[in-house]
Amino acid sequence: MKISVKEVEYAAQLAKLSLTEEEKRKYAEQLDKILGYMEQLDRADVSGVRPLSHAADLKNVFREDVSMPSESADEIIKNAPDKEGRFFKVKKVIE
Amino acid sequence: MEICDLTGKEIVQKIKKKELSASETVRHYLARIEKIEPSIAAFNEIFADDAAARAELLDARINRGEETGLLAGLPIAIKDNICINGRKTTCSSRILADYVSPYDATVIEKLLTAGAVIVGKTNMDEFAMGSSTENSAFHITKNPWDTSRVPGGSSGGSAAAVSSRMVPVSLGSDTGGSIRQPASFCGICGLKPTYGRVSRYGLMAFASSLDQIGPFAYNAEDVALVLESISGHDPKDSTSVNISAEGMGEGMEKSIKGLRVGLPKEYFISGLEPATEKYIRSAIETFKDLGAEIHEITLPNTEYAVSVYYIVAPSEASANLARYDGVKYGYRSDSDNLADMYEKTRSNGFGNEVKRRIMLGTYALSSGYYDAYYLKAQKVRALIKNDFDRAFAEVDVILTPTCPSSAFKAGEKTDDPLQMYLSDIFTISCNLAGICGISIPCGFSESNLPVGLQLLGKPFDEKTVLRAVYNFQSVTDFHRKKPL
Repeated sequence: MKISVKEVEYAAQLAKLSLTEEEKRKYAEQLDKILGYMEQLDRADVSGVRPLSHAADLKNVFREDVSMPSESADEIIKNAPDKEGRFFKVKKVIE
Repeated sequence: MEICDLTGKEIVQKIKKKELSASETVRHYLARIEKIEPSIAAFNEIFADDAAARAELLDARINRGEETGLLAGLPIAIKDNICINGRKTTCSSRILADYVSPYDATVIEKLLTAGAVIVGKTNMDEFAMGSSTENSAFHITKNPWDTSRVPGGSSGGSAAAVSSRMVPVSLGSDTGGSIRQPASFCGICGLKPTYGRVSRYGLMAFASSLDQIGPFAYNAEDVALVLESISGHDPKDSTSVNISAEGMGEGMEKSIKGLRVGLPKEYFISGLEPATEKYIRSAIETFKDLGAEIHEITLPNTEYAVSVYYIVAPSEASANLARYDGVKYGYRSDSDNLADMYEKTRSNGFGNEVKRRIMLGTYALSSGYYDAYYLKAQKVRALIKNDFDRAFAEVDVILTPTCPSSAFKAGEKTDDPLQMYLSDIFTISCNLAGICGISIPCGFSESNLPVGLQLLGKPFDEKTVLRAVYNFQSVTDFHRKKPL
């Protein structure tokens, strides 16, 4: 096995997902098959190869530090699942 | 001849010459949607009233003699992961089911400036993750050529809408083949532009180093028309590049005599469906007859593309989708405490495939596995890009099948994610290398299912790719065949 139910639980915890026992078992089985297929990458010779994070031929992109209009806060807050005035509302964070 | 038998370019020309009004055009397509949509289910939302009102406004402007853009009066459908101000953008996900976008994506601003009429938002695999549109949280979309089959994905709704003539053109997004594969399954043209050609501002991010917005249409001219309208540098997307797409549709009729067409041996594998193999071979003969030079080439790292993609894309997705936490927008599951709210929101809000990819990406990036998966994949990605750099030193375009087979049956691959992933085998490398690629229809199987041919081009050389397509379409009529 490339991945155990325990490792699935750990990844789920990092990703903030709660899974049922059935889901854990199923994801472990499916991810194991997928990761097993990916073992083929061990055959690729990457000695001295620099990792490629994107294919765009770009260096740092700078612009002048000038203020520009941004989206209206009143419009944005309309999508909040819970709000009070112009604030996002959530359950108490600190006990 | 009906309006929907015209190409997009013909419609725009007629509207500009006042031989046809934008209102008449929109009414015609809305009537078709009303008739056809119940059996195809390509749309998440249809803007019938707004589209009719906008067409009237455009007609008034044309009648006053005002300048209208490249797409004057042309109806268009938009994949539901592209933001339109004041409209829902759902990504076909429960977690965004009621999200209303407070701004326009740059491509939407550009389409409106060009005079297009947006008629609706189209269905997709949730967050563009999938190859069949079966991962939509709302409904499945059917293939207009055979409604028991999938339209492909993830931009299945946009492809099916054009294929069934409910709109003349549409926009999709392509991260690993999500425009080209559905174009192939639905018998139309679908272009993934070069990475950086089109602004991604307002496109809901899946895998930021791979995502690109592109058009669906019937032929090369219409692809060029829409591409020219949506391209260009955008200060709001710092990966967009300042290379003009002006005149994209000019000079396409120029002969392709001497055009060097590469056939990568790794794409002509034994697993090809016989009809696919047959029609790709006969398309190669057509290109020869048109004067193209055929070269056997090699892209030796092709076999690694699926593995690299399914590490890189889920890794980027796991980070991009962290924003869906139930706080600022979207769905929220109520709970006693914050940590529990995050988990419940994400677990109830995301569908199975999205959760699977978040898990895969989180695992590949997690401490102890980063080097073995993510870093290794980035290195092999460099090898894949080098393959194309070398190939494009010898040839102008690369010709391959778009997919190993024509459209599969609904439900056929839903229980086996790896089999579903392997159906992207020919389209993925293009995104990893950041080059451009198009799928066009090149034949029909015995059961009358379209077969797609893929042409890959050098970065920012869509013009050569489209010229090759124009020449092919001037001597063939696969792109004129209609389903239903």
